[in-house]
Amino acid sequence: MIDTRNLSLSIGETEILHDVSFSIAPGEVFGLVGESGSGKSMTALAMMGLLPSGGIATGQISLEGEDLLHLSETQMCDLRGRQLGMIFQEPMTALNPVQTIGDQVAETLIVHGVAQRSEAKEIARERLNRVGLTEDRFPLSRYPHELSGGQRQRVCIALAIALRPKILIADEPTTALDVTTQAGILELLLELVRDEGMALMLITHDLAVTAQIADRVAVMEKGRIVEQNTTRTLFETRKHAYTRALFAASTHQPSREARVEDTPLLSVTKAVRDYRLPRRTVFGKTPLFRAVNEVSFDIRRGESLGLVGESGCGKSTLTRAILGLEPLQGGRITLNGDDISTGMTPDLRAKMQVVFQDPYGSFNPRHTVARIIAEPFHLMGRPVDAEDQIARALTEVGLTPDDMRKYPHEFSGGQRQRIAIARALITRPELILLDEAVSALDVRVRAQVLDLLADLQASHDLSYLFVSHDLSVVRRITDRVMVMKSGEIVESGETEAVFQNPQHTYTQTLIAAAPAIPEDWTHGAQDAG
Amino acid sequence: MTRFLLTRLTSLILTLLAASVVIFLVVEVVPGDVASVMLGLNAEPEAVAALREELGLNAPAHVRYLTWVSGLFTGDFGQSHTYRVPVSELIADRLWVSLPLAIYALALSTFIAIPVGLIAATRAGKATDTGIMGLTQLGIAVPNFWFAMFLVLIFAINLRWFPSGGFPGWDEGLWQGIIALTLPAIALAVQQASIMARVTRSATLETLGQDYIRTARAKGLSQRQTVIRHAMRNALIPVLTILGLQFSFLLAGAIIIENVFFLPGLGRLIFQAITQNDLIVVKSVVMLLVFAIVTVNFLVDVAYAAVDPRLRRRA
Amino acid sequence: MKRNLIIGGALSTLFTLAALLSFLWTPYDVTALNIGAKFGTPNGQNLLGTDHFGRDILSMLMVGARISIAVALAAVSFGILLGVPLGLLAAARRGSVVDEIIMRSNDLVFAFPSLVIAILITAVFGPSLWNAILAIGIFNTPVFARVTRGAALSLWTLDYIMAARVAGKGAFRISFEHILPNILNLLIVQATIQFAVGIIIEAGLSYVGLGAQPPIPSWGRMLADSQTMISFAPHLALFPGAAIVLMVLGLNLLGDGLRDALDPKIRRART
Repeated sequence: MIDTRNLSLSIGETEILHDVSFSIAPGEVFGLVGESGSGKSMTALAMMGLLPSGGIATGQISLEGEDLLHLSETQMCDLRGRQLGMIFQEPMTALNPVQTIGDQVAETLIVHGVAQRSEAKEIARERLNRVGLTEDRFPLSRYPHELSGGQRQRVCIALAIALRPKILIADEPTTALDVTTQAGILELLLELVRDEGMALMLITHDLAVTAQIADRVAVMEKGRIVEQNTTRTLFETRKHAYTRALFAASTHQPSREARVEDTPLLSVTKAVRDYRLPRRTVFGKTPLFRAVNEVSFDIRRGESLGLVGESGCGKSTLTRAILGLEPLQGGRITLNGDDISTGMTPDLRAKMQVVFQDPYGSFNPRHTVARIIAEPFHLMGRPVDAEDQIARALTEVGLTPDDMRKYPHEFSGGQRQRIAIARALITRPELILLDEAVSALDVRVRAQVLDLLADLQASHDLSYLFVSHDLSVVRRITDRVMVMKSGEIVESGETEAVFQNPQHTYTQTLIAAAPAIPEDWTHGAQDAG
Repeated sequence: MTRFLLTRLTSLILTLLAASVVIFLVVEVVPGDVASVMLGLNAEPEAVAALREELGLNAPAHVRYLTWVSGLFTGDFGQSHTYRVPVSELIADRLWVSLPLAIYALALSTFIAIPVGLIAATRAGKATDTGIMGLTQLGIAVPNFWFAMFLVLIFAINLRWFPSGGFPGWDEGLWQGIIALTLPAIALAVQQASIMARVTRSATLETLGQDYIRTARAKGLSQRQTVIRHAMRNALIPVLTILGLQFSFLLAGAIIIENVFFLPGLGRLIFQAITQNDLIVVKSVVMLLVFAIVTVNFLVDVAYAAVDPRLRRRA
Repeated sequence: MKRNLIIGGALSTLFTLAALLSFLWTPYDVTALNIGAKFGTPNGQNLLGTDHFGRDILSMLMVGARISIAVALAAVSFGILLGVPLGLLAAARRGSVVDEIIMRSNDLVFAFPSLVIAILITAVFGPSLWNAILAIGIFNTPVFARVTRGAALSLWTLDYIMAARVAGKGAFRISFEHILPNILNLLIVQATIQFAVGIIIEAGLSYVGLGAQPPIPSWGRMLADSQTMISFAPHLALFPGAAIVLMVLGLNLLGDGLRDALDPKIRRART
């Protein structure tokens, strides 16, 4: 139905896409997989005729015999929304904040002259019901800010399918969402394909998501499609080296031997953290929000403990409390028996360091790598051999001592996470908190950083608290895991035991919702690195 | 919605109270003896004593403050020392010049600035945009009183289309009044319009880069429809902020412009009061100006809530 | 878009040099009256003509530039020295009573236009150059406090600030080591803009007699003096006004140019 042939794209001097060819049949789910910067999104924008200014596309994109690249802007406007629908990654910002959801869905119908206002509203109602936003809870008069991320993505879907387009392009539609929400959205998309005979082009970096819902898959690397086939065949044969590398990385198991001692390093006992909320009335009591509710656990020496939960469950707050950055309203946290508080001694602080998620926000852009890594020396006084120690830390994380004089912007995302790890190592800590430390990385880089973390744990006798929303990563690197929901730990235990046999219903839901590549697909081809 | 407005209303009242304290302190407490300031250095001690008695200055400061503030609520602003009439009467007369002037200028600048800013934004980087932006740069740099002087030279002295100054009073007819205020309003509006046009442009450009604009385009809206249906209302939010902030510049400008055109407004009143050391008048007129600014900013907040549903939190 | 930077920089430098030169040399003595040569239009001797006392306008403009720049500079420094620390403090203690007090005081000062502050001060202490500086300086303070706080608040949420806290650094140290250097660009741009605003306000204050007092020449008062003579000697009003326009225009262009040059975000968006 839609047939892309030899699509090439350049923006200014830069070539973005080379000879991209694929076709999608009605009722088919077509997955386009690749790492960031591979050109997936640009392919979609070229199909929609929404390229950034200066973008020049050549080749052919034909929709039922009509070449989209040769249509005028007016003709494209007519096709968009009517024949081609698209949804994007960030549901939080994808809707106009000052318009009701009803108006935004109805607008698709109105601009295409399909319906008058009142009729459009009726159809909008029906479409919103279709995506699971029923009228009792989601009247048309709702504004986007009153909805959660997953609900907003449903609104985006509703307005994209309002006119039953022939193809819906979904660009990383669930990447910004929690795993249970993701499962709901993916299910909805599949239903729509089935019920409405629509084709779906799903763009994602996540092999597991593709494996779960796509009929056919194309793998994209540096603006080229390196391999495409039916999903199962592609996953089983993995003809192209790049596919094999992606596949290996996404199931990569760092080799680690647990040397867990039976002495607790960090003890959290009935920790409580309350936040004040804005007062509802001028003279009323300040309402409190309990972000962490009587949480207790130990991390033993040499252990990797996972902490998983969806956004807003309190895991970040707990992390900050453990770091002594936020006060507790109840309970206590001790490291080696010493109390952790916002006023704890520098010596105690030095025993515990942290690596954050965002490889771009983690460093002062004006400081050199040497100064960044040396920052924790503030806790212990700058040693005389500071420079040597920094050089050693850099070497330990796989960088070179020369990198010391560079600035953070000169490094890639993965290298930056290595710098962050070097900073965490410099005080010779016993415990490192990894707060979504690999979540922002592409799958191959992520595998390398996980290996590094495993090696360092062995060589430096480290304990890790591995905080993440990503179950598959936690499963591969931790000894024990805790599941957090609404400020409470609902389940904890040996990682494999919890994953194999989850006890709490929430854990079961989480594990069931997490997309996975079917196990019988993983055999067959050799996993070359 | 109500909660948002209640918080804003509370802060409005607190700001006004704090402002009244500041004004009172500066005018009545810092200089020491108000009566000697008002009568000058060579005043007879008896005269100073008499004035002190007349103004009730022998009472302790907090009592005088309370008297003044409660007077403000009842419309009793005290008696002007030089004019020998109630300050409220003086203000009432002058307000009917200053207020229409400010509104006239505000309306002029808004009606010019918003379309101009939108045009510049939709033609960003093209010659029209560069031209408009150049003109607004110039508009911001031109002092309004200087611009006013040349308006007078050209349109009043040479072309004789407008009077060069003065105000006939609204009794002479609405049209006459509007004519008299036109040159002052233009002089005031130029700078405001320039600033607002720039803000409109950048706010629109910023909005056009948002994700929901891409969503709208994916629905099949043309570039033009997207601007009108989605960008404009969102761009209005920063424009409103500037509108509120600019109002205080507008008032300050009006005070000066009234002097250029010899308009009998609050600006003239306050300068006459300064030259005559009539602190009673200064105190209350300044309070009135602050009241106007704070109130306009409150109205801007109300407008915010109307434009942006995110502020209409339900309690 | 280097054009803004070049034109703005050139105009600002020109006026600053003229002001500095006036300390050493002006074409004529600005206090020397020469009634015989009054209302001279621009000519070979007096490049910009003479005023109603026969004084050389170019010389007066040069000395006037000195006053304008000095007042605006002093007022900007006042605003930065007071406003930036307050903004840093408010951001470091965000949500606390201290933050609330600082922000509410800001709102309070915002309710007083600079001219009204000047009027209040003058009504009590009489007009002077210092009062003009004080009035504009007070007016600048909340501007810098607000800009600083806003920018600092967004930095406080970044991970590198969290990392510094994990390294045991306190709010004071973080403010000066991490926050201030990263908002410096923004402050430089704001300072340029406030400098321009200061020039305009100073001219306005002098025009209504609340600024520099005679015999100090100032652009605003030259305009006030020329007003009654505009019908027969418009050049008396033209040149001081043009000086203000060019100086302010130059500073604003410089500000825009600096913003584009210093802000990597905008630079990236442009390419």
